[in-house]
Parts: sequence; structure tokens; C-alpha cells
Amino acid sequence: MIRFQNVSFEYEHGTRVIDNMSFTIGDGEAVGLIGANGAGKSTIMKLLLGLVSGEGKILVDDIEVSSSNLGKVREKLGFVLQNSDNQMFMPTVYEDMMFAPLNYMVSREDAEKRVDEVLDRLGLQYLKHKYNHKISGGEKRMAAIATILAMEPEAILMDEPTSALDPYNRRVVINTIRDLSQTKIITSHDLDMIMDTCDRVILINEGKIVADGKAGTILRDKELLEGNHMELPLRFQK
Amino acid sequence: MNKMEKALSELAQMDEFAVQASPVHDLNAGAKLLSTVAYILIVMSFDKYDLSGLVPMVLWPVFLFQLSGIPVRTCFYKLRIVLPLVMAVGLFNPFFDRDILLNIGNIGVSGGVISMITLMLKGVFCLMASFLLVATTPFDSICAALRRIHVPATLVTLLLLTYRYVGVMTEELAVMTDAYHLRAPGQKGIHVSAWGSFLGQLLLRSMDRAQELYASMLLRGYHQHFHYAPSKPFRVRDAVYLLLSLLFFLLMRYCNVAELIGGLFVR
Repeated sequence: MIRFQNVSFEYEHGTRVIDNMSFTIGDGEAVGLIGANGAGKSTIMKLLLGLVSGEGKILVDDIEVSSSNLGKVREKLGFVLQNSDNQMFMPTVYEDMMFAPLNYMVSREDAEKRVDEVLDRLGLQYLKHKYNHKISGGEKRMAAIATILAMEPEAILMDEPTSALDPYNRRVVINTIRDLSQTKIITSHDLDMIMDTCDRVILINEGKIVADGKAGTILRDKELLEGNHMELPLRFQK
Repeated sequence: MNKMEKALSELAQMDEFAVQASPVHDLNAGAKLLSTVAYILIVMSFDKYDLSGLVPMVLWPVFLFQLSGIPVRTCFYKLRIVLPLVMAVGLFNPFFDRDILLNIGNIGVSGGVISMITLMLKGVFCLMASFLLVATTPFDSICAALRRIHVPATLVTLLLLTYRYVGVMTEELAVMTDAYHLRAPGQKGIHVSAWGSFLGQLLLRSMDRAQELYASMLLRGYHQHFHYAPSKPFRVRDAVYLLLSLLFFLLMRYCNVAELIGGLFVR
């Protein structure tokens, strides 16, 4: 589904953020991208979405991420931003959810069906006609996920989906993510959440892949995690 | 709620107004846009001394306020920052144009006073009409209507993003103002020595957020078309509304109704 082939990226001032990175993510996989601040996790997301471009080749369903293919690529990828306020820019949850399907030329009737299906599935029907500025942080995060699901993307990318949420809402978001059948790529420092939602983990440090393997193995490796400015998930700490 | 939060809530209230139900809300966005543009053009075309001709033009916004259920008071409250600027236009006219044009009792009224009042009224009427358009039409629908009449996509996108970014900038300003006051207790406003860095930071932070917001739009298929905007088809009643509005404007422009009515009572 997603393939990075020798991808590198550096900022104009010369700082190399991604250094000759290669990996493949298969259909339906749930992958956690972890690493310290500045390791390059967000840049990987941006590269994948075509928000920045670097060297090497990135393929999404065998379509190369390039300026001429951005529309096709972005239709396949749904991105849940860390700050839901920046994601929810329409007045109401309903309008926000309709935004992407209508832009992708889905008929209004079908788009409305999608919106209702997603809201039913997530138990958010009560939010449908609420104004975005009047809902709580947790509701906004769930609504942000709903806006992406209404796109019916093949893969969902999430940047820190549980940040700034209280324990209850965090659990709701985790359960929701776990139930999603799409390919998932999640960046987070919340390693307990990664453990709950991902089968595979890619550990990044200074733009390079340090470890790539089963979540249960990498997230239990204290030495590996601490050597890369991380620590064991709370559940594995004694 | 601090000042900025109040401002944000006021901004959001415009979106809430725009989706209410009324005969005016139910009209096609294009019809409302065209009638508003025509109204503004006609109002601006009145001669600077034609105060009596201009005054009846207030009937159109007043009628729409009644029909839409939007309180006129809210309009003036929301426009309170712009209104003084509009009122300031022509403030110096009485000093330059002192020829007496009419007498009210023993008091002579100069051309400068009349032109000042005319200019003020023109500004107020135009603001009322623009407010009505935004308060009765979702902003994205206005943008879609602008595109339909072939206003360049870049210009319309700029308009849309400005509308969205005002909120973003105000939010950032609210956070920064709170952070400042928490570390400068008892200080009123922001000290002049901090203005430069404060504005610089505000700009940088707003740009970061604006960029992310725009990226979020792009990632969900935004491509300067407004397929997603709630749209109502152009129906017969929209055509009737547009036609009647234009007829009313032309009637008011070329036939001084105030003078005609006055003429019935004063010989």
C-alpha cells in the first residue's frame, strides 16, 4: 500500500531530517511511528501527503507521490491532525464531514448517507448539527476522526491522536482507532496507545529507522527505547 | 470570557445566523449577492447633496432585517468598530463647504453638513447590506456564488481564507494576551516595549496555524471550487426577488420618493 524508497529530506538551511529511509506498509496494517521530538515522524507524514517533497520515491497504491498525482494520492489518505481546531474549519460538524466527499464529487445524497453511517458507527449522531466551537476537546477529536472516515480513505494517518485528552476520551479514541479496518499510520509519544492500536512499530531517530518490528517486541525493549530518548509504556514499567 | 474570546464568539455567531431559517435565508446565494452589489452601487451613485433621495434606500435593508429575523441592533453592535470609521468619512466637509443650501427655521444648513450626512448614510447603508448578506448566507455559499459569476478563483480563495484566518488569528491573540497578562499582573494592555515582538510572534504563530488549516483543506480535496458549499438552486422566486430589488433600487434612484411624499403635504 505505502512504500518509501530511499527517501531523504532536508530543510533549506541544510538540516537533514529524513536520511535515506525505506520501508513498506501493507494493506490493513496498523503501524506506530515513534521517536523523540524532532526525530522526523511528522516529516514522514508530510512527505507521504505531498505537503513537502524530498529525494527518493514514495508510492501509495503504486501511485507515486508527485505534484501531478497529489489529488489521487490524497483521496486515498485521510490525515487526522494533532490540533483538531485546525482540522475542523467549517461551522458545524455536519458541514465539516460533508466537505471532503463533496470535493471528491460524491453526490450530496451519498455524502449525507456516508456522514450518517460514520456518525452512527462512532455513536456521534448527537454531534451532527453542533457548532464546532461549541463542542469539547474530546468531542472535537472524535469529530475530526469522523470527518476523515467520511472520506472513506484507504489509509488513515494520525498525528498524536490522543494528545491533550482526558483518560475517558483517550480510551474512546483508542477504541475507535482499534476498530478501524483501514491501513493506519499513527505517530505518537503515547506508547500505551500505540501498544493498544498498532501491530507494528517503526522507531525513528535523527531521520533514520532504528528499529522496525512487532509492537509487542519493540515496546518492551527498555534499552532500545531509552537509547532513543523514549521510555517503556507505563504498563511495562515496574 | 476575555475580550478575544468574546470576539471569537461573535464571529462564530455570524455562522449561526447564516444557517437560520427564514424567507431571506432560503434565497439563492447568487440572487442575494447580486442584489447586494446592485444596492451598494446604487447607494454610492447618489449625489453628495441628494440626502432626501438617499434616505428611502434604508427601506430595503430594514425590510430584509424584518423578513430574516436578524435583529438590527445586533448589526450595529457587531459593526461598532467599523461604524466610527465610516462616520469619520466626510467629517471635515462642513469646514470646506460652507455655502448654505437650505434653512431649517432660522438655521442655515451648509452643503458640507449635508454632504457629510449623505456620506455617513451611504457608508452605514452599505455596511447594513453587506452584514445582511453575510448574516443570511453561509460564507462558502457566497464564495461559490462569486465563482459562478466568474470572480477569479484566487481572489475568492483569498476572501475565504481571510474569513477563516480572522478566527485563527484572534484565537492566537487570545492565548498570547492571556500568557502576557499572567506574567504582567496589574498591567493594562500590552506595554509599548513588547509591541514589536508581540506582533511578530502573533504573525508567525498565525501563519503556522493558517498553513496547517490550509493543508487540512487541501488534504480533503479543496481545489478552489466550492462543490461542498450548501447551494440552493436559482428558482423563480429568486428571479422575482432579484427583479423586484433592482426595480426598487432604480425607482428610488431616479424618482425622489421623499420629495414626492413631502410635496403632498407642503405646497
